[in-house]
Amino acid sequence: MSCLQDTSLAEANSFSPSMPISPSSMINQYKFEDEPELKDLFVTVDDPESHITAIETFITYRVVTKTSRGEFDSCEYEVRRRYQDFLWLKSKLEEAHPTLIIPPLPEKFVMKGMVERFSDEFIETRRKALHKFLNRIADHPTLTFNEDFKIFLTAQAWELSSHKKQGPGLLSRMGQTVRAVASSVRGGVKNRPEMFAEMNEYMETFSHKINILDKIAHRIYKEEREYFNEMKEYGPIHTLWSASEEDIADSLKGVASCIDKCCKATEKRMAGLSENLLPIIHEYVLYSEILMGVLKRRDQIQSELDSKVDALANKKTDKDLFSEEIGKLEDKVECANNALKADWDRWKQNMQYDMRSAFTNVADNNLRYYEECLATWESFLASQTVDHHGEEDSEDRP
Amino acid sequence: MLLKDLSYGGNDQRGGRVGSLCFVWQMLHESLFPSSEKMEDCLAKKMEITVSEAEKRTGRNAMNMQETYTAYLIETRAVESQNEGQCSPVDSLWRRYSEFELLRNYLLVTFPHIVVPPLPEKRADFVWHKLSADNMDPDFVERRRIGLENFLLRVASHPVLCQDKIFYSFLTQEGGWKEMVNETGFQLKADSRLKALNATFRVKNPDKRFTELKHYSDELQSVISHLLRVRARVADRLYGVYKVHGNYGRVFSEWSAIEKEMGDGLQSAGHHMDVYAASIDDILEEEEHYADQLKEYLFYAEALRAVCRKHELMQYDLEMAAQDLTSKKQQCEELATGTVRTFSLKGMTSKLFGQETPEQREAKIKVLEEQIQEGEEQLKSKNLEGRDFVKSAWADIERFKEQKNHDLKEALISYAVMQISMCKKGIQVWTNAKECFSKM
Repeated sequence: MSCLQDTSLAEANSFSPSMPISPSSMINQYKFEDEPELKDLFVTVDDPESHITAIETFITYRVVTKTSRGEFDSCEYEVRRRYQDFLWLKSKLEEAHPTLIIPPLPEKFVMKGMVERFSDEFIETRRKALHKFLNRIADHPTLTFNEDFKIFLTAQAWELSSHKKQGPGLLSRMGQTVRAVASSVRGGVKNRPEMFAEMNEYMETFSHKINILDKIAHRIYKEEREYFNEMKEYGPIHTLWSASEEDIADSLKGVASCIDKCCKATEKRMAGLSENLLPIIHEYVLYSEILMGVLKRRDQIQSELDSKVDALANKKTDKDLFSEEIGKLEDKVECANNALKADWDRWKQNMQYDMRSAFTNVADNNLRYYEECLATWESFLASQTVDHHGEEDSEDRP
Repeated sequence: MLLKDLSYGGNDQRGGRVGSLCFVWQMLHESLFPSSEKMEDCLAKKMEITVSEAEKRTGRNAMNMQETYTAYLIETRAVESQNEGQCSPVDSLWRRYSEFELLRNYLLVTFPHIVVPPLPEKRADFVWHKLSADNMDPDFVERRRIGLENFLLRVASHPVLCQDKIFYSFLTQEGGWKEMVNETGFQLKADSRLKALNATFRVKNPDKRFTELKHYSDELQSVISHLLRVRARVADRLYGVYKVHGNYGRVFSEWSAIEKEMGDGLQSAGHHMDVYAASIDDILEEEEHYADQLKEYLFYAEALRAVCRKHELMQYDLEMAAQDLTSKKQQCEELATGTVRTFSLKGMTSKLFGQETPEQREAKIKVLEEQIQEGEEQLKSKNLEGRDFVKSAWADIERFKEQKNHDLKEALISYAVMQISMCKKGIQVWTNAKECFSKM
């Protein structure tokens, strides 16, 4: 289709100036591990806009889709969505695929820190996370073909509203939640297959560690910012001093300039941290919660089967009716298990890749920082040594 | 030519330089203003001086209360000519900080025209949080030991100060030194007015050069203390950044336990993060020496200011003496001619209650003439003293300026070298860490 030849497709993520293009996010964009040549759906989230009504103020984001798929009537779509719409999409996906790993959404509120709800920083962080969310769905072998996902990407505002109302009501959704909570209160499932027991154990430890990492990463950012703040004051003192000196004025100004350059370099390092490592680790903090939930839902499906099997063992009547039901439940359990297993393997691979690139990026940031500072000080040192030799020569003059 | 002879290179302030002179010790120089001051005569060239050890002592103070203090071991050894083989014997004695203070106070009073090298700080100032502000802290004691050695070497390298007998005795005579110093009676000479910090003498004709110099010393003090304060804060923050990375090590290690493919990369990366976190301790310790170099000049600024103040005082004394002489001369003239040019209570009362007898007047005039004679001689010698002071002070100030410029430039260069070293270490660690991450 002509859309594929459209060169702007390759730059789908770069046309918007508000989109930060970090290499890892680009790679995540284009990575489609199963069949890389066949990526046929590109989604971007950008251009946050404020809407003020009599009742409320909210932000909408522009969602642009470019695709070559036949199921789509057009090859390009542009819609506006608000956070609520994303929440709706997520819950529909969870409903349709209870044992698939649905990507995390950014949180509703930011509890820690004094980030004001509509501050630029908050909106930008959220926008990037929403962009990630849709792309992860688009890259998922199953979720990408979900009908609600398609509607989300293509429907106009009024269409989406009316479609939303058609879904299962609030009460039935609540019922599902209640059952899920109830089953989790009952504790672990007795016949949990070993594979899933291992997954549970893994997730408990992973969850714990990723939360600690989240704290550490934030702490590092905070320390780097405090360092930056002090450094800002440090350079200018040398310039001030140079004003009262003659012979050493140049050396002092040189030191001032070096410190200022290192200060700027440290700012870049900080920015790198907040653009890459922090969002990735945070995403995986949310992922760990999601995964615990997915494992619980699988357990719940299995316990439905188990309780029916127990009931059958006890009742000894209406066997045929029961066995048909049990057969269906057994299928359900098998499906759920297989779906989860496949998605789990995929998730682990992604996680490994994401962590590797995020931490490599941190190392690169630090290397760049130190190399810049090194160059600055080395050139200062060279300038001083030249002057030094000049001075020694002049000493011979009477 | 004279200026060049007085220039102080500062290269040999640490440890002695083996010269080709044999050991010749010039004894006490009585005059305040020696006519020849050559580097070659400096004590530092003839004698190796070190403050090699510090020891905690307990004793009883003047009020018979038990106290703990630190004593420092001063070792001296004559520098032989270049024929090796013989190592001259090492003399040593112990001194405590208060004795160093006594020595310096003596030098300040005895050589008012000299910018006297400062002592290391009495109490730890400008510390960043990791360093202790405790005087008994081993790191503080160590840095003070170095500072005291530096002080002795500065004095020994000074063309004028090194020739002082009291200084030499400080280095070589264990017992009875305190009594010796007190016998010089220098405390009497110390003008208590100098100690009044807020005192301002209104000098009518200040020497512009000294005014500018005083202004400069104030600026230097202010800017260096500001710099040291901020440096301490920056050090604190830098410490925080490095140490926080140390937290990676443990969590990576625990995480690696549940990972199959990622485990090795995580574990080894964690190790490098530990190395990174640990590296800051040495880096900041080295920087502390740089801070000490700046601190020396912070205190030197005070010494510079002191010379300006002494000049101010001299000038003030001179102006007061001149003023007094003028008024006496005027009084004399009035008495002699019988005219009263200025209002005086005495004049009024004598008008009211009758004039004095001619004999009384004669007596007064004679007394005044004697006083005027005395006053003129005093003024003459004060003027001479003042001019000599200015000449010698200015010579030492020029010497000091060159020393200061040289030392501070060296200090800034050494700071750059430290930064370069820190950057190289950082590159090393993160290159290693990157390799580990890539294996995750």
